[in-house]
Amino acid sequence: MNVLMFSLTGLCTLFTIGSLLFILGYLVTHGASALNWDFFSKLPVPVGEIGGGMANAIVGSAKVLVLATLIGVPIGFLGGVYLNEYAEAATAFVIRYATDLLNGVPSIVIGIVVYALVVRPMGHFSTVAGGVALGIMMIPISVRSTEEFLHAVPNSLREAAIALGASKWKTIASVVVPAAITGIVTGTMLDLARVAGETAPLLFTALGNQFWSPGWNHPSSTLPVMIFTYAVAPYDDWHRQAWAAGFVLLMFILAINITARFILSRASYAPRGMV
Amino acid sequence: MATYTTAETRALPPGGRARSFLRRGQVGEDIAYLITLAAAATIFLITSLIFYELYVQSVISRQKFGFHFLFTSTWDPVAGNFGALPFIYGTVVTAALALLIAIPQGLGSAIFLAELAPRKVSDSLTFLIELLAAVPSVIYGLLGIFILVPFLQADVVPVLKDVFGFLPIFQGAFYGVSYFSAGVVLSVMIMPFIVSVSREVLIAVPRDQREASLGLGASRWQTTWHVVVPYAMKGIMGSVFLALARALGETMAVTMVIGNTPQIKASLLAPGYSIAAVIANEFTEAVGGLYISSLIELGLVLFVVTFIINGLARLMIIAASGGGANT
Repeated sequence: MNVLMFSLTGLCTLFTIGSLLFILGYLVTHGASALNWDFFSKLPVPVGEIGGGMANAIVGSAKVLVLATLIGVPIGFLGGVYLNEYAEAATAFVIRYATDLLNGVPSIVIGIVVYALVVRPMGHFSTVAGGVALGIMMIPISVRSTEEFLHAVPNSLREAAIALGASKWKTIASVVVPAAITGIVTGTMLDLARVAGETAPLLFTALGNQFWSPGWNHPSSTLPVMIFTYAVAPYDDWHRQAWAAGFVLLMFILAINITARFILSRASYAPRGMV
Repeated sequence: MATYTTAETRALPPGGRARSFLRRGQVGEDIAYLITLAAAATIFLITSLIFYELYVQSVISRQKFGFHFLFTSTWDPVAGNFGALPFIYGTVVTAALALLIAIPQGLGSAIFLAELAPRKVSDSLTFLIELLAAVPSVIYGLLGIFILVPFLQADVVPVLKDVFGFLPIFQGAFYGVSYFSAGVVLSVMIMPFIVSVSREVLIAVPRDQREASLGLGASRWQTTWHVVVPYAMKGIMGSVFLALARALGETMAVTMVIGNTPQIKASLLAPGYSIAAVIANEFTEAVGGLYISSLIELGLVLFVVTFIINGLARLMIIAASGGGANT
């Protein structure tokens, strides 16, 4: 009985791990073989024609992610500092609840709200709107990781700094935050990796663009949206490009994930239970 | 200017209150406090704004349809008749199927990783499983369309129909895209959440519980199944709710494999639609206030449901770890 049930659980684990390995393996073989230099350097060609690439999508994704980081990380970081260092219990509960709520909002709903708040007043879709949508999605994870890593810094450091005469903000800025910085940076990296793959919020904020998107006020194509558009289309060459894009996106995300977790495993102050 | 009491006026330095503010040398202190407070307040503001915008922007359809919106099953943009029922049905069915597959699978893996595997092996396998959670939804959709759907069509569904074809849920033609395919893809997506949280909760069960049970003569499996798992049940249920909330809001993978047909069918093999999928597909092409408002109202429904379920999930996980949860 023991052996039977435990081998069943082992089978379950095998299946779970197997699915991951299968996903990775298939994307690597199928996607990598579909990749060519054109993919990184050319614009998409008209529908139905063979060839072309996703250069504009890669740049578009980069722009949107940079904007998202600039919006999401400062708000998240400072909010986390407030929660851990300044807030009293009641305020902290409210803010934490709001953050958890924001974390649980489906990404498509965030897309709708940013459409109503940014796209409609502006009158057109834009990279800015896409950046705002992804930035909003980055905030909760940034808050939570900042708060946890600040919490993990032992109080003795704070007390030592104050005993030496430092003011509270000086303590936070020069002692506590640097002690937690490894964790906060890796948290940001993981955050970025999560948001890099989000498609739904970009569908009606950055929309899409067949050409280069100049500046920040024009619709822009992004890698995840291109994958979606190309995958559901009936053209074989588009399918090939979707696989290539999927491969590039997944490699990017996994590289960030693995690097961040590796750095985290060596962080000096890590909260218990963190990988 | 407020009037001070004589005591206060005597205590103020020459120059009054403004001078004492600067003299205290607390400028940096107050600015830091204000900046961080502003950031925290922004978070609160954004969350409230989301709810507010969803509510306000859906006013047209809310006023026109009222609560009937939730129970009508027509979705006719041309005639202006909108009802949420097919989408609610599709969302619930796919999420339920996903949970049905992912819970035994995930719990089994969690038990293996928590009880059987040596710590190092367990840690590295969990790391791999958490990488599964990092794979974006659109890539699951990509794999779903090109690998899972043909596989189901060629190998799985014929067998299912042979064996279980008498059941109404497995009747009708199978075109590949269906509730069934969406449910299977969703189950792979939510499994890592169930595994990782359940594993943590199982590991957190105190050793004495296991030792007491073994000491009374129970076998290892009996200990695991009758002592450890029930002890951790609240946390496991919390992970299930978290997974459910994720499954309900999942957009891209579902859109790509569900078939995008607003209908209600008993058969799992029929194509269907989900709330997130219809918003993703039709929002940019929606013409007219009522159409867009109906889509936004669907978003509101989804938001409220995930809000409730997430709240329940947090409560359960907190209850399970005795308030020390780091999730």
